[in-house]
Amino acid sequence: MTNAVTPAPAMAKAESGSALSFYGIWLLAAAALVVLPLVFSSGGSLTSFSLIGISIIFALSYNILLGQTGLLSFGHAVQYGLGGFLAVHAMNAVASHNWPIPLPVIPLMGGIGGMAFALLVGWVMTKRAGTVFAMISLGIGELVASSSLILRSVFGGESGITTDRTSLMPLFGWTFGPQIQVYYLIAFWVMISAIAMYALTRTPLGRICNAVRDNPERVEFIGYDPHVVRYLAYMFAGFFAGIAGGLTAINFEIANSAYLGATQSGLVLFSAFIGGTAYFFGPILGAILVTYLQLGLTSVTSVWQLYFGIIFIGIVMFAPGGIAGILMKHRPLIRAGTLSAVIPSYLVAAIPTLAFALGIILTIETVARFSGGDPINLLGIPFVAAAPTTWAAAAVLVVGGFLVARITWRRIAEAWDRAATVARDRGYLA
Amino acid sequence: MTAAIQVNAVEKSFGNVSIIRDLNLSVAKGERHAIIGPNGAGKSTTFNLISGYIKPTSGEIRLNGEVTSGLRPFEINRRGLSRSFQVTNVFARMTVWENVRCAVLWATGHRYAFWKNVDNLPEVKQRTAQILDDIHLTHRRDVPAGLLTYAEQRELEIGITIAGGASVIMLDEPTAGMSHAETERAVALIRRLTEGRTLVIVEHDMSVVFGLADRISVLVYGHIIASGTPEEIRGNPKVKEAYLGEEVD
Repeated sequence: MTNAVTPAPAMAKAESGSALSFYGIWLLAAAALVVLPLVFSSGGSLTSFSLIGISIIFALSYNILLGQTGLLSFGHAVQYGLGGFLAVHAMNAVASHNWPIPLPVIPLMGGIGGMAFALLVGWVMTKRAGTVFAMISLGIGELVASSSLILRSVFGGESGITTDRTSLMPLFGWTFGPQIQVYYLIAFWVMISAIAMYALTRTPLGRICNAVRDNPERVEFIGYDPHVVRYLAYMFAGFFAGIAGGLTAINFEIANSAYLGATQSGLVLFSAFIGGTAYFFGPILGAILVTYLQLGLTSVTSVWQLYFGIIFIGIVMFAPGGIAGILMKHRPLIRAGTLSAVIPSYLVAAIPTLAFALGIILTIETVARFSGGDPINLLGIPFVAAAPTTWAAAAVLVVGGFLVARITWRRIAEAWDRAATVARDRGYLA
Repeated sequence: MTAAIQVNAVEKSFGNVSIIRDLNLSVAKGERHAIIGPNGAGKSTTFNLISGYIKPTSGEIRLNGEVTSGLRPFEINRRGLSRSFQVTNVFARMTVWENVRCAVLWATGHRYAFWKNVDNLPEVKQRTAQILDDIHLTHRRDVPAGLLTYAEQRELEIGITIAGGASVIMLDEPTAGMSHAETERAVALIRRLTEGRTLVIVEHDMSVVFGLADRISVLVYGHIIASGTPEEIRGNPKVKEAYLGEEVD
């Protein structure tokens, strides 16, 4: 019962200080979004930032379901894609009628599209959580994705429907032709959506969503219908997914059936999970990492999806809390001032773990490029896939790296236990 | 005066197996009513029927005069009945504070609101703090409920049950698995917190039952064989034979 004496003044201080740091974080994020393209101004990085921004909104919207309400969806791209299609149709309609609606409003149409679809199918879908919901979401995803190829007038078949974002009325002289203007449009919506979704978690509905996630049965005995709670959460998730879809449509000036498909649904699950669903900011980290990897890896290796799979399995098995979970685990240690006790063990473990990882990469690339392809370039060292020396190097790195790394991992666990015990004694860890 | 709970000729069967047979029970407003009976007598099933967790096969249940059999648990809860569970049933990943606050939200009229800041509702805040103080968990307010000790979780269970301010409180074995000292503490807590409300309690500990209850009903094989004051139950030969044996003396 050491927790009974948790220093009360420290807690009070934390509360008043957290208000300041809370707004500080949002202002910092806004400032970062403004400054980012000034620091990295190449066309490539602008495109990357735009895509990352969109996937942040998409992953956060997914987490309204998975992390907040405990709904595992395999078809979240449906709302995203439909939002995209509605946005494209809206843009074309606005342009052809010369309506005085500027481009920045269009993502809202996407949001309405995503929400409208959620409103339509959600009541049946959210009757139950768990496997039933997951299966229905998968079914709806397949249904809509295949319909999109059949209903040509709405979805444009294989080629999709194109649009021209500059055909809408300019806003304060901005035509949204240049990518930098599109970037700022996306950044604006990222801020608005992130703040709105965070605020949602701080409402009575948002709190009850968490309760439904933890224990839907008990929720029924405190006056709430978990079905209604899930339905509302599903609509909000659909709304923000639709905004992300609308932004994608603006960014690429096209909407096609790929937006709605299982790959897109898988990717957003992936982002949210890798980032960590237990914390609001988790999916943001996940979206940044996954999008960055996706853009970066595709140019380096043809089997990038394999790496995604390995990362995903690794996270599921060893860090189910995702990146955010790993980071937040350190918070009580930082507060208790015992973080320095674990850092050396990390540094020691980093070297053999890196060797182990390089060994795996070398193995994968050797297999992938054995029957032709570019030579392997690992940290500037060239390897030939067909050479036995390469195989030997890979084997040594994998086996040797693993054996040594295993010892260092155990060291980390021991250092952790000691640090956590101290943190617990000081009342910073329950 | 209408009874707080009125159970009329309720039957419940799962397939061919009849669990509850011709159940009749009346609990007056403001009464502390204990339901006792051997294991498997159907005490928890009776709780589940009254709270809407399961629906009766036939018969009728009334809460403050209004028919509630057939209603969903949240509908019954909104009409003023709140129950606890025999196996701790809290929101494990949420903090103690959040657990109690969630149970306060509907009763304070905030329902599914998504336009209000939950931290900015004075009534909710004050009521949650009051409940935490009542169940002696204020010092544990920021601990996830899943990390509480067993006795603390049982107290939180009671806290969640009473938080909505329901007029009828049903507690399913609130002291099960507690040590003697913990039990005493819990009984004092229950007595204080259900002051002025109707209490229905299922309990195995006879000292708790006879110390707390105004009236006792004895349930055997899904049927109430006797209902009366503690003295009447003590002296009832049918009860002695069926269940209590020499224990009561």
